[in-house]
Amino acid sequence: MTHLGYLLVGWGVWLAALALYGFRVVARGRRLSTRVPADRQRWMTTRDRP
Amino acid sequence: MTTQVAAQDRGDGDPTRAHTGSRATRGLGLVVLAGLVALVLLAFFAAPPDDEQGDAVRLIFIHVPSAILTYVAFFTTAAGSAMWLWKRSSWWDITAHAAAEIGVMFCALTLFTGSIWGRPTWNTYWDWGDVRLVTTLILFLLMVGYLVVRSSGGDDPAVSTRAAIVGLLAAINIPIVNRSVEWWFDRTLHQKASLTDGKLEDLTLFTLVFGLVVGLLFFVWAMIHRFRVGWLEHQARAEDLDEALEARRSEAAAAGSSASGGEA
Repeated sequence: MTHLGYLLVGWGVWLAALALYGFRVVARGRRLSTRVPADRQRWMTTRDRP
Repeated sequence: MTTQVAAQDRGDGDPTRAHTGSRATRGLGLVVLAGLVALVLLAFFAAPPDDEQGDAVRLIFIHVPSAILTYVAFFTTAAGSAMWLWKRSSWWDITAHAAAEIGVMFCALTLFTGSIWGRPTWNTYWDWGDVRLVTTLILFLLMVGYLVVRSSGGDDPAVSTRAAIVGLLAAINIPIVNRSVEWWFDRTLHQKASLTDGKLEDLTLFTLVFGLVVGLLFFVWAMIHRFRVGWLEHQARAEDLDEALEARRSEAAAAGSSASGGEA
């Protein structure tokens, strides 16, 4: 395979960026969820809606 | 009790767990993971090398979807910004912010993967004379500016309004970036549209479209989580404000009762 170094760097950084962003946003959500009462987490309490 | 209801609705059965996930986002996340694995396999083992570029062409499967997702994200920011200016709804404001953050990531990846791809094909990582490179860099800097404006003021409506104006101005640059290879065809190293010029072989085209679909699914998954994070930040600030007001009321009430006790 030609240009293997460029391919590994390009694909590696791309996949790592997606994974890091995904983990980071989920971790922020976990941290914030413990601070906010459930009745303010509107999208999770669908049963409360009429 | 409300926490229990919320946890049961999320389907995790554990009332002490708190997160922004749901059955739908977990399912979507698994589809995205499987899609990324399939994309790597298709890109490296199924798609053929290019006659001129060799295997360097395999970078097209991440570079072009990143660029298209940048447009999608920044158009979402522009739509959310316009709706915020019209309706003054936090929902649209949070949506615009979420899309901008994800868009900046994809724009950075577009610039990076393009630069990496440029070295073996054009013999350079960057060319300041290439109009598409420069307009994409301007778009990236405008949206970084949007995030800097956002970071300066929490839930202040004036900050949201300033950011919305930046978001709308940045969106004007999107068609310029996209059309630049045709408007200034003599001032760019880029080829014209890859998806529509009909020069890609079947499996290469399929892998490119597959990469775009996987990228779009990731975008949707990330938007849902990032929107919920934005919503929680909004609610946490409101909660802090309520607590601070309650504390001030308690202090005032305590000071009032001790003053009346002293008089008696």
